[in-house]
Amino acid sequence: MSLWLAIVGMGLVTLALRASFLLLPDKVQLPALLRRALPFVPAAVLTALWAPELLLHKGVLYLSLHNERLLAGAAAVLVAWRWRLTVATIAVGLVALHLFDWLL
Amino acid sequence: MAPFGLVTGVAMVAGGIPPLAAMAMSVLVYAGASMLAATQLLSAGTPLAVILLTVLFINLRFMMYSASMRAHLGGLPLRWKLAAGYLLADNAYGLSIARFNEHPPMRTEHPEMRGRLGYFLGAALPIWVTWQAAVGLGIALGAALPAQWRLEFAAPLAFIALTVPLLRDRAMVAAALAAAVTVVAAWALPLRLSLAAAAVAGIAVGLLVRRRA
Repeated sequence: MSLWLAIVGMGLVTLALRASFLLLPDKVQLPALLRRALPFVPAAVLTALWAPELLLHKGVLYLSLHNERLLAGAAAVLVAWRWRLTVATIAVGLVALHLFDWLL
Repeated sequence: MAPFGLVTGVAMVAGGIPPLAAMAMSVLVYAGASMLAATQLLSAGTPLAVILLTVLFINLRFMMYSASMRAHLGGLPLRWKLAAGYLLADNAYGLSIARFNEHPPMRTEHPEMRGRLGYFLGAALPIWVTWQAAVGLGIALGAALPAQWRLEFAAPLAFIALTVPLLRDRAMVAAALAAAVTVVAAWALPLRLSLAAAAVAGIAVGLLVRRRA
């Protein structure tokens, strides 16, 4: 089944990355460009995962005060920026989603 | 970390992953952000190769951890290096590297290396147990809560909670903005190529801004 294939594949990919340089000989170093580029990967990739959830509706840009996902996401960004609490960010985002859905 | 594990469990089940598969994913993959991303992609019927590539991108940071841990754990036997690799999550890395950097690296097989392994396992194993328990609890919760709560939205919210603390300087903010603009502009591309395009654009803009700073 493809779900289980995906799970095993994901596990192997992740283990390969984590064990990579522990297993490689010392003379194999992380290339300098990669060393400078890697710190940007999480911010870029994670943003590419959440931004479409807020900005797009059925694949089309939806910048509107009627877009409850965008408003709820904006509230979550504010909470995350001000307090940096995972639970508060997610709780406020979910409550705001239902609140805006009900209001609009 | 425990709250993030809880949310990951809830969001996996809300995203349509059966509870047993979700728990198996947590044990085998043990990397929350990539598990949430895979949940979104699986529910959209994305091809396997694209899912694995996305996981590779999200988890590339572990290569940095692995490279900086080699000076401290690289002399151990293979089975211990594999075990340490499996357990090398964000928090386990953060806790042990802070400790190891207080002492000079020791590259040979030496009692000191055993001590470092002991310290690493002492940090990493409780983190692993806490994480798995939190995910398990989240899976049970997610299966019990009604679908009208729209808990699948917890996944993007968790990504927001992970992203915002990373935006410490202008280069990081620029990288995130470039990724957001690119992913939306490239959304129509097949095979979720928009994600790869956004990653490349974000990294490039981040490097450019950092160089000018």
